[in-house]
Amino acid sequence: MMLTPAELEALLLSLRVSVVAIACALPFALAAAVWLSHARFPGKTLVEGAFTLPLVLPPVVMGYLLLLAFGTRGPLGAWLLAHLGLRFAFDWKGAALASAIITFPFQFRAIRLALEAMDSGLAEAAETLGARALDRFANLTLPLALPGIVAGAITAFAASLGEFGAIITFVSNIPGETRTLPLAIFNALQTPGGNVEAARLSALSIILALIGVALAAIAQRRVTRLIGR
Amino acid sequence: MSAEISLHHEFSGFVLDAQFRMDGGVTALFGPSGSGKTSTINAIAGLLNPQNGRIVIDGRAVLDTQAGISIPAHARRIGTVFQDARLFPHMSVENNLRFGWRRAENPASEDEFAHIVELLGLEHLLPRKPAKLSGGEKSRVALGRALLSSPGLLLLDEPLAALDAPRKSEILPFLERLRDEARVPMLYVSHSLDEVTRLADSVVVMREGRVAASGPVFDLMSDLEFARASGVESYGAVLDAKVRSHRDDGLSVLSFPGGELIVGRIAKEPGARLRVRIRAEDIMLALEEPKAISANNVIPATIAAIRESGGHADVQLAAGNAKLVARITSASLKRLALAPGMKLFAIVKSVTVDRNTQGE
Repeated sequence: MMLTPAELEALLLSLRVSVVAIACALPFALAAAVWLSHARFPGKTLVEGAFTLPLVLPPVVMGYLLLLAFGTRGPLGAWLLAHLGLRFAFDWKGAALASAIITFPFQFRAIRLALEAMDSGLAEAAETLGARALDRFANLTLPLALPGIVAGAITAFAASLGEFGAIITFVSNIPGETRTLPLAIFNALQTPGGNVEAARLSALSIILALIGVALAAIAQRRVTRLIGR
Repeated sequence: MSAEISLHHEFSGFVLDAQFRMDGGVTALFGPSGSGKTSTINAIAGLLNPQNGRIVIDGRAVLDTQAGISIPAHARRIGTVFQDARLFPHMSVENNLRFGWRRAENPASEDEFAHIVELLGLEHLLPRKPAKLSGGEKSRVALGRALLSSPGLLLLDEPLAALDAPRKSEILPFLERLRDEARVPMLYVSHSLDEVTRLADSVVVMREGRVAASGPVFDLMSDLEFARASGVESYGAVLDAKVRSHRDDGLSVLSFPGGELIVGRIAKEPGARLRVRIRAEDIMLALEEPKAISANNVIPATIAAIRESGGHADVQLAAGNAKLVARITSASLKRLALAPGMKLFAIVKSVTVDRNTQGE
């Protein structure tokens, strides 16, 4: 199956948006998960719920909120543009931001579960062997949470490839800039005679999803073997 | 080495209030489950911050709540062997062993490292992951890992509790070698009198969060209060003995501070030291020296003390510089009219020589 330039453009954009989204959200998801696994404070459940909110909120609502906050006239958007020259509105970076936030709960929850399942006795043992907090995090927590981190990142990546509502609401449907695969499919369906194009793009999406699933399984197995379980 | 430990911590429904001191060698922290042994260990290791407490090891206060001192666990240089080994699953045995070694202030040399690996029989396990080890092997790795962190004090929290009987007897000799060779003071938590009498130099008995008794193992095990304080059913004297000679009839003669004992052949050279136990139930008392009797060991002794309770009486006997304990019925006590100061004969029915020191 040969891809047309427009199809290739949508595919590469989709991959770029998702990779950037997952990579940027990962440190935040990790930090949030580590923080919540240690911290004890009233209202912790509420905070925990807030981190999973993007999962249950309608993506269109999410996109609208992003538009209000990160639009060129939104409080955050205006500040970022003025001070860092960072523009999200009608830009592929906006699509990545939307994807990152929408798929954040996938990463957060996977890492949180991995940390929860970790035996706290191991950290105690490391402590008695002379390891400080950061040392324990780098040499114990991180490697042992790796399967969770990888699983979360792959799930989030797959979910990100399919993100539609938040992106189209926030950064619109601009060819080559914000028109990822799902948006391209939508666009094809809106165009008279675009059925074949929609079918081709859908097939592409399915292939991508299958590759993702296969990679996830391989990565999972490798990582599990690495940590010797 | 000496350590002073004083802890007070109120849990919900349980109060830990323990004071004791340690002087080198192996100190056993002995008591039933729930008597506060593990909490004590955790407080010393720095994994539990007691409400009030003072822990001084060789003059260095690692905890003093009044002075506001609490050195974090990672800086205490106190090695801990946990009941469940707690090996790091993502690291090879070698990297587990080197974890504390890399972080030690004065790490052992490569030669010493190799020596401990050999002492614990870990050479062929080095490249393996913990998941591929048996329970006994895991215990040995945990022991080596703690030891290689060059601790000033080694805490062992029932390191054998998770193992079945054959595995236990596989590890005990290693612990005995460590005690004799590694020269690291150890605090050994156990609820097994058997382990305590084999390994410990001194014993701290805990009951319901408090120290019920403490002292050198040879004194404490023949102390009549010990049974009450520790709540154990079966106990008896532990004696420090030496191989004197081997007889032609296949028996060996041991000398102890109270005389001689004839026991089954021991595969050790004359002069070798070993520890023997004589259970209180295994001693019969006779007012006159029995002549025609099958027992090999009849030891002249003097009654030092008597303690009666619940139909039986524990009689402490002084034989030379050693103390023995005999448990007889209250009826026998009355019939023989036993009283402190009386001279009599202790007929020893059986002597337990620690299997390891006895050889194969």
